Amino acid sequence: MEALSFAPPPVSEEAERVRAEVRAFLKTELANRPPFKKADSWNGADPAFSRKMGAKGWIAMTWPKQYGGHERSALERYVVLEEMLAAGAPVAAHWIADRQSGPLILKAGTEEQKQSILPRIAAGDCYFCIGMSEPDTGSDLASVRTKAVKADGGWVVNGTKVWTTGAHIAHYMILLCRTAEPTANRHEGLTQMLVDLKATDGVQINPIYDLAGQHHFNEVVFRDAFIPDSAVLGKPGDGWKQVTSELALERSGPERFLSSFTLLVELVRALGPDPSPAAKIAIGRLVAHIYTLRRLSRSVAGMLQRGDDPAIQAALVKDLGALVEQEIPEIARQLIAAEPDTKSTSDFVAVLAHTVLNAPSFSLRGGTREILRGMIARGLGLR
Amino acid sequence: MSDMRDMFVETASRLFRDYCTPDLLRAAAAGSFQTQLWDAMVEAGLTKAAVAEDAGGSGAELADALALLVPAGANAVPAPLAETLIAGFLLGEAGVVVPDAPLTIAIPRPGETLRAVRKGDGWLITGAVARVPYARFASGGVTVIAETAEGPLLAQVALADCKIAEAANLAHEPRDDVAFNEAPAQAAKLTTRQAADVYAMAAAARSAQMAGALQTVLQLSVQYALERSQFGKPLGKFQAIQHNLATLAGQAAAATAAADAAIAHAEHGAGSIAIASAKARAGEAASIACNIAHQVHGAIGFTAEHALHFSTQRLWSWRDEFGNDAFWELKLGDQAVAAGADGLWAMLTAAA
Repeated sequence: MEALSFAPPPVSEEAERVRAEVRAFLKTELANRPPFKKADSWNGADPAFSRKMGAKGWIAMTWPKQYGGHERSALERYVVLEEMLAAGAPVAAHWIADRQSGPLILKAGTEEQKQSILPRIAAGDCYFCIGMSEPDTGSDLASVRTKAVKADGGWVVNGTKVWTTGAHIAHYMILLCRTAEPTANRHEGLTQMLVDLKATDGVQINPIYDLAGQHHFNEVVFRDAFIPDSAVLGKPGDGWKQVTSELALERSGPERFLSSFTLLVELVRALGPDPSPAAKIAIGRLVAHIYTLRRLSRSVAGMLQRGDDPAIQAALVKDLGALVEQEIPEIARQLIAAEPDTKSTSDFVAVLAHTVLNAPSFSLRGGTREILRGMIARGLGLR
Repeated sequence: MSDMRDMFVETASRLFRDYCTPDLLRAAAAGSFQTQLWDAMVEAGLTKAAVAEDAGGSGAELADALALLVPAGANAVPAPLAETLIAGFLLGEAGVVVPDAPLTIAIPRPGETLRAVRKGDGWLITGAVARVPYARFASGGVTVIAETAEGPLLAQVALADCKIAEAANLAHEPRDDVAFNEAPAQAAKLTTRQAADVYAMAAAARSAQMAGALQTVLQLSVQYALERSQFGKPLGKFQAIQHNLATLAGQAAAATAAADAAIAHAEHGAGSIAIASAKARAGEAASIACNIAHQVHGAIGFTAEHALHFSTQRLWSWRDEFGNDAFWELKLGDQAVAAGADGLWAMLTAAA
């Protein structure tokens, strides 16, 4: 039963050295960041912070030096990510570019694409968004309708993307679109393109406010937008294959179980030095869960480092992680009586409010719970 | 993961699969000790895996020896293998010759006491420990950690010197109350290992057995979902069933990863975050997984005839042995409170 196989996470002394460095950096860097902001970690965009991380060599850590990377191990990178998230650092600006867009360009991009874009990502200067979902395409990704029609020297694109996180701050979108009519195999005829959002006519970015009133995602409308041939990523028609390998990178990281960690920290603070046994048991249970998730997630990082394809394992970690992330606010509100209020002067109350409002997204973004369980079921041989 | 471990686990898995048939499991549940199974394990060097070679053992690391308990749990091995491995490790470490016969460990839990006093050259043990695994069959002796004025004492007591009141867990595995009334120690050594540390070692062992049992519960459930058809298609084609089995797979994977960490930390004692996490996590996983497995199996899984209960009854028992979920979660909660809000993350990463 392959789906169950999680090799013990590799041990890395270098990674532990990096951990100490990152902690020291964050201690001064985040000294005045309020918990309410920390709770926003990988939704909190701060280009100045991203550039500092770039200067430290903490973006593009595993990429070749010739493209601005640092040729460090996946485990060192993992440590940087988890330390940033646990501390609530504002890493959103470069997060997607570092996690999946850059690696995708590295794998499928032309030499020119690599040289022009990757060093800027590594410097913390160039941000990406993901053009997958559409108004009629959510979990059923192969049904995308945004269409690119061949023209002289490029493609003319029409269609609409939605839930595009960070499109309003991103320099590029990696657009998944249809370049050939669907055949019996719906996975054929899809292509990814690098859209320069700052310099392409016919691209309109409209904010979509979430239920908390936050502006993270957007609607991106393409009206006869011209994308040059040089911006096609990989081969036309290879879009599906590229997207699925990209999603494995999206699903197993520490952001998949640390979304509510700031609330757990504030809960422990609010409970004080002598909580009831019941409260200690509830906290201890969450410690056991996070300890275990961290081990599973690091195991996947080890598999990625070895070049395995841990798609099923990544889905499994994300499914388990979201359950715990969503449970933390429920447990917190049972242990401390408080009416959630994002404007509260109490750190615990404000962070609780923030986490309650964001929790529904934890099992939607990056693959819904239902999609993930379907993938696991396939791994079990049931479909 | 060492080569030694791979070799042991492979040998053991084959042996357990060959011997632990439903008939043998039923005979064990009816109350008889499975001598042929035990002799085969002895022959393969499994029972003394964690005993040094010069003491007649296989000389594996404790973690590698405890890794045998995953396939043992998967095959519902009806023998005190976990207890014999731990007793053998402790005795071997103390330089005591370890017999081939089955051993068990009587470790006082919170609220129980075992005391030892010197008498001549030896020690006398007094006290009681409830629900000692396979005590009635521990012909190699009962290994105890007793309190003395000089610190903890590791001692070996002959079965004949123990008063046994037979009882069993839900899977009919012997869990006997053992009373010691000035019982002479056959061998005794002062040790730095506290009773609570050995209790944690045993919790790590149960976590490994639970991980194995969860894997079997998953495998049986998937297999049944593929074989059984209703409304014209296999159960496994229904999305509701698929999602339940995916949940079950997640619980089995989490318990397995946690157990893996626990056995690597088995010697780290009562304060080990890995062990506490594993036993608590396995307990929670067992509850969820057994529910789903029985739901998927329907009425046939609820019968004495079907093999599912060999695993689920063990899981329902093991989750409460050597500390239930709350027992270990309280320990973790205590440590989290002591670490404080700003030390919580450092505590989690240091324990890896």
